[in-house]
Amino acid sequence: MLKKSLIALATGLALSTAAFAQDKIDIVFIGKNTGNPYFDSLTKGFVEACEKIACNFEFVAPATAEATSQIPFIEAQIQRGVDVIAISPNSPDALNQVFDAARAKGIIVMTVNGDITGNESHRDLTILPTDFTKVGADQVEMVGSLIGYEGEIAILSATTEAPDQNFWIKGMNEAIKDPKYAKMKLVATVYGDDQPEKSTTEMEALLSNYPDLKGVIAPTTVGVAAAAQVVQSRGIADKVKVTGLGLPSEMRDFVKDGTVEAFQLWSPYNEGWLAAHLAVDLKAGKAKNEVGSTFEVPNLGTITINEGNSINTQSALTTFNAENIDQFDF
Amino acid sequence: MNIVRSILVRRETGIAVMIVLLCLAVGLYKPQFLTLNQLRVILLLVPLIMIVAMGQMLVLVARHVDLSVGSMLGLSAMLAGMMFRDMPYIPWPVGFIVAIGAGALLGLINGALVTVFKLPAIIVTLGTLNLYRGLTFIVSDARQVDRQFVPSALKSMSQTSPILGIPWIIFMALGIVLLAWWFTRHTIVGRQIYALGSNPSAAELRGVKVNQITLLVFTISGALSGLAGIMYASRWGFVNPSNTGAGFEFQVIAAVVIGGVSINGGVGTVPGVMLGVLLLGCVAAALPLLGIPGTAQGAIYGAIILVALLIDRSVRQQGIASLKVARA
Amino acid sequence: MSTTEASATPSTAVQDAAPARPFWHVALVRPETMTLVLLIAAIVVASYLSPYFLDLGYILRSFTLSAEFALVALVLTMVIIAGEIDLSPASNMALSACLFAWAQASGIPMPIAIAIGLLAGLAMGALNAFMVIALQLPSIIVTIGTLTLYRGLAQIIAGDKSIRVPDWFIGIDKVMVLGIPVPVVIFIVAALVLGLILAGTIFGRQIYQIGTNEVAARYSGIRTRRIKLILFLLIGLVSAVAGMMTASRLGSVRYDLGLGGELQMVLMAMLGGTAIFGGRGTILGTFLAAWLLVVVSTGMTVANLLPAIQLTVLGVLLIVAIIATNFIYSRTQR
Repeated sequence: MLKKSLIALATGLALSTAAFAQDKIDIVFIGKNTGNPYFDSLTKGFVEACEKIACNFEFVAPATAEATSQIPFIEAQIQRGVDVIAISPNSPDALNQVFDAARAKGIIVMTVNGDITGNESHRDLTILPTDFTKVGADQVEMVGSLIGYEGEIAILSATTEAPDQNFWIKGMNEAIKDPKYAKMKLVATVYGDDQPEKSTTEMEALLSNYPDLKGVIAPTTVGVAAAAQVVQSRGIADKVKVTGLGLPSEMRDFVKDGTVEAFQLWSPYNEGWLAAHLAVDLKAGKAKNEVGSTFEVPNLGTITINEGNSINTQSALTTFNAENIDQFDF
Repeated sequence: MNIVRSILVRRETGIAVMIVLLCLAVGLYKPQFLTLNQLRVILLLVPLIMIVAMGQMLVLVARHVDLSVGSMLGLSAMLAGMMFRDMPYIPWPVGFIVAIGAGALLGLINGALVTVFKLPAIIVTLGTLNLYRGLTFIVSDARQVDRQFVPSALKSMSQTSPILGIPWIIFMALGIVLLAWWFTRHTIVGRQIYALGSNPSAAELRGVKVNQITLLVFTISGALSGLAGIMYASRWGFVNPSNTGAGFEFQVIAAVVIGGVSINGGVGTVPGVMLGVLLLGCVAAALPLLGIPGTAQGAIYGAIILVALLIDRSVRQQGIASLKVARA
Repeated sequence: MSTTEASATPSTAVQDAAPARPFWHVALVRPETMTLVLLIAAIVVASYLSPYFLDLGYILRSFTLSAEFALVALVLTMVIIAGEIDLSPASNMALSACLFAWAQASGIPMPIAIAIGLLAGLAMGALNAFMVIALQLPSIIVTIGTLTLYRGLAQIIAGDKSIRVPDWFIGIDKVMVLGIPVPVVIFIVAALVLGLILAGTIFGRQIYQIGTNEVAARYSGIRTRRIKLILFLLIGLVSAVAGMMTASRLGSVRYDLGLGGELQMVLMAMLGGTAIFGGRGTILGTFLAAWLLVVVSTGMTVANLLPAIQLTVLGVLLIVAIIATNFIYSRTQR
């Protein structure tokens, strides 16, 4: 009894009974860390998909998002003999060996929401939230439209070596060369390490070092909330525009009080929904993990497997503003 | 002459000089460091550390240590945050009572383990550091309390100001500092903490109730951590089971040790600790302004702790030397 | 403590007239017994929690994930018995591994790179020793400082990125000796050697004497400072070895290698019955405690329990272990 309730607690969802386990496939999703609101929504996508199709789902995650903390969890899933491991990797390379061990046992390893850039051969496929090549340009356009395409802008990122962040920052640096943005100048890129305290001091330093700053792009959920809070507490929302990638649940207040006019993200829910459907289809032989092959996902339509066995959940970022923010519950 | 001398050799003077030199050096390179705005940034960085450091100081003076402050902060903040989220009909100031009460209870448990079982505080609080953090995850079901659930009146305490543009939480921290100063200087119990820390067996013989004092300092440390917990919710607007308060113990102990509190017990002053906290705050604010990457921050903090230890040692030796001179 | 025991006994019997403890009492009423009982209990509970747990291959594989910490914990046990503590080994592991990886990545031949890593470990041990022994600062605060400093330096050297090690160097945990992964073998051999040194040599007895009463030990001619220096150097060196074992297991090195490992190491020593104030403890206890910790965390992970429950259980275990240890020592102390 205690065991049952503990497991229910661990997954945070009602488990379907083990009696059907034979004909359902077992999927486990390993998040970056527990207590991370981002993964609540992603997990919900998995859960609701597995209520409709033939899969058992469990969510586990280490207490901290440190590079090696996911290894014991992957080892444990290999031992449990699950069919599919979906994971948001905490490290681009420290997991290579244990991924190989899992795949040697016939487990499908899919990275979700972030890839092991540079070590793609150690996983089967990756499910990304959107087309990452467009994120940089979309974000520059977003901040441009907020500041009237004129003035100094800065980037507040997460950690200096986060692959996705750096890929997007590269995209921003490319995009800003467009003549459309000729009057905009990217003056600094700083790193808040995805900690609220650190992000706040970095944001304060930006404002001190660049008194003429007009806009800040923070393509990280922690960073954009911290930047918004600094602007809110200094009362300079009309002078400095903050945007970036944020969670509606964390940004709602800032949008409603006018601190932030608009920001962007994708749907984490759809990532989980898609991953579960793909996992079941792959195991049932209905889909093939080959570049160029396609498969159908309810509500999302036809999905194509792109170069590098990578899949985009949606083609462009969703923009959130005062008009639509209440329609999103994550 | 003697007064001048005694001010000069005081530990607090040394820290104050270090702060001034640091600020001047940074200001020379980046003039915007010496502006009122920057002072505001520094002051907003320190209230949480300041409050918890006052409790930690009392624990250290009594010859113990409390490593669980970060986890107590997290758990009490989470309990208050969950009350805000799940019971919005309760008036928000009750959150203060919940957080401080929870913190005091957790601190009391630490103190009880230390006194009843005669266990070393460092191991007890290393255990409760994990235990309380684990409980935070369990009570919250590993879910964050989002910004929208934290009452805006509470959040505005970190932003709105009664006077001179200085937000409320800074005044609260200042109030705690004054209270701690009065407690250590002008109450019998406060003085007894020092007696206990300087020489536990002698203190006991003199009628100091060792167990009660030990329970008291741990409870105070817990209650102040709880207060810092609800102020975390005010300052950052959310409560997260894994981030809130994590690693706080290192910052607090660093600040307290820099402030001249001896880990051998019996020594430490409120102004010293206050300056120690401010010094850390100045460093934290100066690094990003100078463009020093966050990667260097750990090394700098570590070096500061070691330097403070060395200063502490040379001060102690000078003190012993001057005692010998005085006797001769 | 012993005096209160004596006063509780009836009559006015003097203390040294207390009857000798029977052999079974000496052999069984000791902290290691508690650790062993907990270990067996943990195995039973873990097998009950998950049908996938009881598989020797899996347990051994899981042990390789903690083998590096367990190895350092053996030496840490000796440091604690000598009345000191070192909280910096996990950071030492990160810094020496980063220096090693950085050296070999910048083209320095492998043997020299390994030597650089090991020397770095020794140097870090030497810095701790200097502050503690020569400057007479308390080791707990010194090593909290160097804990932050060493990892900070690793972060400056490696930045936020990971450094790869060559392919042939990867996978020490996949190499088997008699079906046992090499890191586990290293741990077992180290435990045997250190156990013999601590229990069977004069050097070992002197470590206990320093921890029991350093002043008395010094007056009876024991070179306390030299022995402590040896211990700090040894733990520095072993940490460097552990750092490189981790590098081989992971295939890459990052500044956060072994983050938080100091807690696990202290936990292993405490659970094994080492007295935090020094003078008491055994390698056998730490050896058993290492397995206990691995069984507890592996059992909970494979049962898909919330990691928070692991934190809670580890915290409770630590407190229970130290209460039990204190209790047992107070009952057996004469």
